[in-house]
Amino acid sequence: MKLPADPERSQRYGELSARLRASDADVAAVELRRISREVRRSIVRMIDRARMGHIGGDLSVTDILVTCFWGALSLDPQRPTWRERDRFILSKGHCAAALYSTLAHCGFFRQEELETFMAPMSALNGHPNKLKVPGVETNTGALGHGLPVATGCAIAARLTGATWRTVVVLGDGEMQEGSNWEAAMTASHHGLSSLTAVIDRNRLQQGARTEDTKRLEPFADKWRSFGWEVRDVDGHDHAALLRALGPSSAGQPVAVIANTIKGKGVSFMEDRVEWHHKVPTHDQVDQALAELVG
Amino acid sequence: MTVVEQVTFDCRQAFADELRLMARADERIVAVCNDSVGSSNLVGFREEFPQRLVNVGIAEQDLVGVAAGLANAGKIPFVCAAAPFLTGRALEQIKADVAYSDVHVVLCGQSPGMAYGELGPTHHSIEDLSWMRAVANLDVIVPADPDQTRAAVRWAAASGRPSYLRIPRFKVPAVTPPDAPFAPGTAVRLIDGDDVTVIAIGSLTSRALDAADRLRAEGIAVRVLNMPFVDPIDVRAVLAAARETRGIVTAEEATTTGGLGAAVAAIAATAHPTPMRILGVPRVFAPTGDTAFLLEHFGLTADGIAAAVRDLLGTSDTGGGHG
Ligand SMILES: Cc1ncc(C[n+]2csc(CCOP(=O)(O)OP(=O)(O)O)c2C)c(N)n1
Repeated sequence: MKLPADPERSQRYGELSARLRASDADVAAVELRRISREVRRSIVRMIDRARMGHIGGDLSVTDILVTCFWGALSLDPQRPTWRERDRFILSKGHCAAALYSTLAHCGFFRQEELETFMAPMSALNGHPNKLKVPGVETNTGALGHGLPVATGCAIAARLTGATWRTVVVLGDGEMQEGSNWEAAMTASHHGLSSLTAVIDRNRLQQGARTEDTKRLEPFADKWRSFGWEVRDVDGHDHAALLRALGPSSAGQPVAVIANTIKGKGVSFMEDRVEWHHKVPTHDQVDQALAELVG
Repeated sequence: MTVVEQVTFDCRQAFADELRLMARADERIVAVCNDSVGSSNLVGFREEFPQRLVNVGIAEQDLVGVAAGLANAGKIPFVCAAAPFLTGRALEQIKADVAYSDVHVVLCGQSPGMAYGELGPTHHSIEDLSWMRAVANLDVIVPADPDQTRAAVRWAAASGRPSYLRIPRFKVPAVTPPDAPFAPGTAVRLIDGDDVTVIAIGSLTSRALDAADRLRAEGIAVRVLNMPFVDPIDVRAVLAAARETRGIVTAEEATTTGGLGAAVAAIAATAHPTPMRILGVPRVFAPTGDTAFLLEHFGLTADGIAAAVRDLLGTSDTGGGHG
């Protein structure tokens, strides 16, 4: 059974996102920054309560999620399976806390539900489950699955003459999975201009830096050579992300390389590999929350 | 015999320690991993043998293929990766490059079963025993405690054959007696008894011992067998259990589709039919919860095993069929 929507929040989200999508990127960015702060704070609280989670990647992907949900995607939390909705897939499913927090802020379900994160029988499993959580399109957690599924969504949109778009968010370490490159080839072969892949390029994976584990660079060139249009942006600059999430200009799928900082917003976590899934002490939680204001 | 003391162990440490010992003695041994140096406890190995650790990044198909190539050239690769991704993602590499090509690769599935509790079905490795058992020419080894884990590493390093080791992470007490055998097709008899046989592997072994304790108080004498080699399994021990006791209960932290229970049932059904209860995870995706919660949820506890034994005795009393 899926969680029910929060009607009031959904309503407010619908109005706000419509307004933000219509406004200038720099103006919208002010509001998006405020939402990102709230989402980050709830992520920290969720992980504090569960005493588990992937905080580093949650904090690096937050601005991407917030920009997608409020500034780029056409969604209705009260009708999560509405046929004409845009499709959004978080391929780096270990950052479920960031996704859940975002979805709850949109009103896909009630915010109180976040308190059950990973508790026995909770809908909010450690990795997202579409059968329980509205707004989740496919079950992720094993890396390297989102891009092929997103590619299928984009092919289906074309086959049915639909106008909705598909956005998939991947980890950079995740790009070491060969399945992604198979899909990258499929997507460009089909000229899937409605498909956008955002890569959370925080340069860290679970155990070390990506470049020390298995080099991704020259990363943009790889995507280009696979036939994708590449947009290289600061992944914490909401205005830049908004622009990068705009339509394809070359009739090809778009790869947004979002340069981010793992643990963004919490000084002692930023760019430190151990915060991939370390759990902050209660004191560290207090400090993190204190830094995530203003 | 019962569980000597309730100190519990995460077998990954025993695994890592033994692997280092073996690597000191045999320079052909290499470790291959997928961004899993920490989760497979390979930090010490990396410090000692930096050149002999190959980290292919997050790429399990590549991982197993690379290992097969290393083995082709005379190395003995220990592939260390989370069990669900190792067995699921690289299943065809395991079949074609390792088992079918018959190379000496040791596949070490870390954190198997529901060790990753709350992380959910993508991270649970409960299908692995069914999958691995379906592949020919692959030994399937499920250690129950640190001593068996060490024995498994030693055995696999010397076997010259493809094998899959399932390294427990969920903490388990030590259950193996000091003189316990460790060999293909050889069960370990932990408790003697003639009423019912419980065959348990991995994390459920200590729970089977606890169940036997409880049942003894009710006058039921349970034979407890541990089966570290699920493949090749100890056929004689299974047949003896079928003949000498009134039925068999199997217990494993895996789906009941094709693991220990299925292996035992196939032997019993074709050679000496006997009442059975097969405990494991049914063919469902688990709900959210930690490992202990999920084991409880699926009845994989001492109580659950004891209940299955009582149920079986009830059935066999009315249904007959024991020889
Ligand atoms: C197929 C698969 N292999 C391994 C893992 C274990 N794992 C979870 S997160 C992670 C690191 C991911 O790194 P990255 O994609 O860069 O994500 P981020 O740094 O943004 O958290 C790994 C190896 C997994 N979830 N799936």
